[in-house]
Amino acid sequence: MVNKTTEIKSMTLERPRPSGSFLKAVGAVVWKDVRAEFRSRELFSAMLVFSLLIILIFNFALELDIKTRQSVTAGVLWATFAFAGTLGLNRSMAIEKDRGCLDGLLLAPVDRSAIYFGKVISNLAFMLIVEIIVLPVYSVLYSVNLFQPGLLLVILLGSIGYVGVGTLLAAMSVQTRTRDILLPILLFPVVIPVLLAAVKASSGFLTGADPADIRLPISLLVAYDVIFIAVAFMVFDAVVEE
Amino acid sequence: MQSKPLVLKILDVVSIILLSISTYLALIYAPTELVMGNVQRVFYFHIGTAWTALLGFILAALFSVAYLITKDMKWDRLQVAAIEVSLVFFLITIVLGSIWARPAWNTWWTWDPRLTTAAVTELIYVAYFMLRQGIDEPEKRARFGAVYALVGGLSAPITFFAIRLFRTIHPVVIGGTNPAADGGFSMTPRMLTAFFFALFTFTIIFVDLFWNRIRLGDLQEKVEQLKLKVTM
Repeated sequence: MVNKTTEIKSMTLERPRPSGSFLKAVGAVVWKDVRAEFRSRELFSAMLVFSLLIILIFNFALELDIKTRQSVTAGVLWATFAFAGTLGLNRSMAIEKDRGCLDGLLLAPVDRSAIYFGKVISNLAFMLIVEIIVLPVYSVLYSVNLFQPGLLLVILLGSIGYVGVGTLLAAMSVQTRTRDILLPILLFPVVIPVLLAAVKASSGFLTGADPADIRLPISLLVAYDVIFIAVAFMVFDAVVEE
Repeated sequence: MQSKPLVLKILDVVSIILLSISTYLALIYAPTELVMGNVQRVFYFHIGTAWTALLGFILAALFSVAYLITKDMKWDRLQVAAIEVSLVFFLITIVLGSIWARPAWNTWWTWDPRLTTAAVTELIYVAYFMLRQGIDEPEKRARFGAVYALVGGLSAPITFFAIRLFRTIHPVVIGGTNPAADGGFSMTPRMLTAFFFALFTFTIIFVDLFWNRIRLGDLQEKVEQLKLKVTM
């Protein structure tokens, strides 16, 4: 048995890989997730309804009249995305674990990081779709114009950082005994720089602040995205290995 | 069962003696600060515990890297020991800081970069132990712990710089003057003596506790192995 596994390992190592096979593997993981989601729609609908409910709760909790709206819109949006995001990340990894899909993925003779990037891209896609629906709904409900290119850029950068770390931590949390409650506890303290910079940049765009003030949080977002995706890429192996 | 090494026993005693000397220096020997009065005496232990806690967290991140490269369980035991001791020291830092802040800033807590980062860091390492508790397999627990301590250890300084975007009111007593800081002061020679002695004391106490905790980890490991042997 031991010999067999080492044999398989050496075979996969020695087999010459066509260039672009990494991207193909990433694409295959994304495609699998998108198709599964398209059939069940459980992840997307849960995230969307949950987001709308959070906005509703904030409406009562903060008494969102015209004056407060100006100052808290960015915070409400990012709190909504953060909460809805954990729901999606948890579910997307729990599906893999529940039906043994993750083991199947790990058996595939591809680089493990391809699985990570595939999951990141599909999680990011679901999160962005939810955000794209939440934004106009928020705009209509509170008559704030949220469709500014700068704000959309911030939302993209913030979501990349959030999902990049979130996918790594979700892969860990679904393998523990306390799987359902652990992800937000692990994720939120680590992802605070993203939320902080994203809220600051978003409110900068919404209040028409000086572009020089907005540049700093945006570069922080970019730096965070690069650092943490690089780290996750390096340690993902340690998280999924059996 | 192996008995406690002699050096460690001596270190235990030295820690207690140093702590009592340091307490004397901080509470009696050092002069009373002119503006803040006696509450400033909290500062000596505040910095002492903060410095050792940060040292432990940095060590923990290095142990993460060492574990992920070598997969040697020794690094995992070192990491748990470092984080556990640092978590307690950092809590002491936060509580002492709050006691000082009440008269100096007129509030127990403020959302200043250092205070916020301290709170977030404390929560990261509490989450670290919650993660470890949810995993039964020692090898997997070590891997996940190492990954999370690494991610957390990278995130905490970024949080600090991120909040620095806003203005700070935390005084920087050593090296650096911030005109917006509130509660800063300059130290007299006697204060410096008490200060450096407190730093030294807490470093020794940290080493002592760290060592004791590593020893405890080793013994736990041995007990586990013996249990396995009995059941087999």
